[in-house]
Amino acid sequence: MSTEVIEKTVKEKEALLSKKRKALVTNPLDSDNPVTIQILGICSALAVTIAMKGTLIMAFGLLFVVVMSNIVISAMRNTIPNRIRIIVQLVVVATLVAALDQVLRAYVYEQSKSLSVFVGLIITNCIVMGRLEAYAMGNRPWDSALDGLGNSLGYAWIIIVIAFIRELFGAGKIFGFQVLSKDWYVANGFFATPAAACIILGLIIWGLRARNGYSED
Amino acid sequence: MENLLNIFIKSIFVDNMIFAYFLGMCSFLAVSKKYKTAVGLGAAVIFVLAVTVPLNWLAYTYLVKEGALTWLSPDLAGVDLEVIKFIIFIAIVAAFVQLIEMVVEKFSPSLYNALGIFLPLIAVNCSILGAALFLPTRDYNLAEATTFGIGSGVGWFLAVVSLAAIREKMAYSDVPKPLRGLGITFIIVGLMALGFMSFAGFKLPF
Repeated sequence: MSTEVIEKTVKEKEALLSKKRKALVTNPLDSDNPVTIQILGICSALAVTIAMKGTLIMAFGLLFVVVMSNIVISAMRNTIPNRIRIIVQLVVVATLVAALDQVLRAYVYEQSKSLSVFVGLIITNCIVMGRLEAYAMGNRPWDSALDGLGNSLGYAWIIIVIAFIRELFGAGKIFGFQVLSKDWYVANGFFATPAAACIILGLIIWGLRARNGYSED
Repeated sequence: MENLLNIFIKSIFVDNMIFAYFLGMCSFLAVSKKYKTAVGLGAAVIFVLAVTVPLNWLAYTYLVKEGALTWLSPDLAGVDLEVIKFIIFIAIVAAFVQLIEMVVEKFSPSLYNALGIFLPLIAVNCSILGAALFLPTRDYNLAEATTFGIGSGVGWFLAVVSLAAIREKMAYSDVPKPLRGLGITFIIVGLMALGFMSFAGFKLPF
């Protein structure tokens, strides 16, 4: 009975998808993007973006890990001793990633082979740890889940754009289908190199920051 | 010996952690504003890699790999703990980093002040876990794994120090406002990576 009352007052205080909560999801897509503004999760953004298919899998994997770990840590936040919180967080994240890795191996084996170490490196992806530290440690599970959703979507669209450009110009393909005909398009090997990912990301950051009017210093 | 030298040179230049695999980018970008802090974190990364890679190699070979537990009893030959390798690796890295932090704090407060803030950062530096995760895909023995760890660390050090030096000089150049900071840094890293690509296929002549 008493729990029902508490739930009711909470609901009255804030709708399930209030304005503030919508902002939790939409801000990281643009003005507070984890990759271009907060500089998090760069490693995998550059390394896995050579083709669309692997990138999509990586984006979904990260989404799963960020949302789930945010929920779990947020639910446990009051019981975690402060001194060892990093290790507790790492264990939760590592367990989720181990589960994800097994699922990928079972259903998309070829792709998980080509992503090689980068699935495991979701553990140290700064977006995961960053959101846990900055948000989930101090907020309710539902808010944390939305925050994780927003941030991983913000990450996802950036890496998908990079992968689109790299696969289109680097191989003339989209999702492995030949889009630019080999008769007149010579695949540009530069776009297949990691250096291209860096430069494309630099240009995307330039564009987004010019639009938002954000600048360092 | 030649083999070890080859692995060492290869992991510094050809398979550079930053320019070939983009591992440890977050802290790479965060600390490369000043030359001095870059040197501090770079040295810490070399040290941690030089110790955790052999530790993880031991854990992988004698604990995790399929049939690794045969040294306990021959009945365990079929046990494959590959599933939990992530948890084992990250636990070793995090525990070790915590350990050095405490040891350094106790015995050398001046070094602790110099490295202090960087040590916790290292636990979540992708290059440390990345080096461990490369081990199962490469058939190294203990000496080779140690060399690979040190070499990767030196490569990371080299990358972060040179980027910091470039960024310090860049303070005098007139970069368009939205491109300042992160944007131009990425373009520079891209150009540096192009430079490092010229080492591809590089091999010592013996």
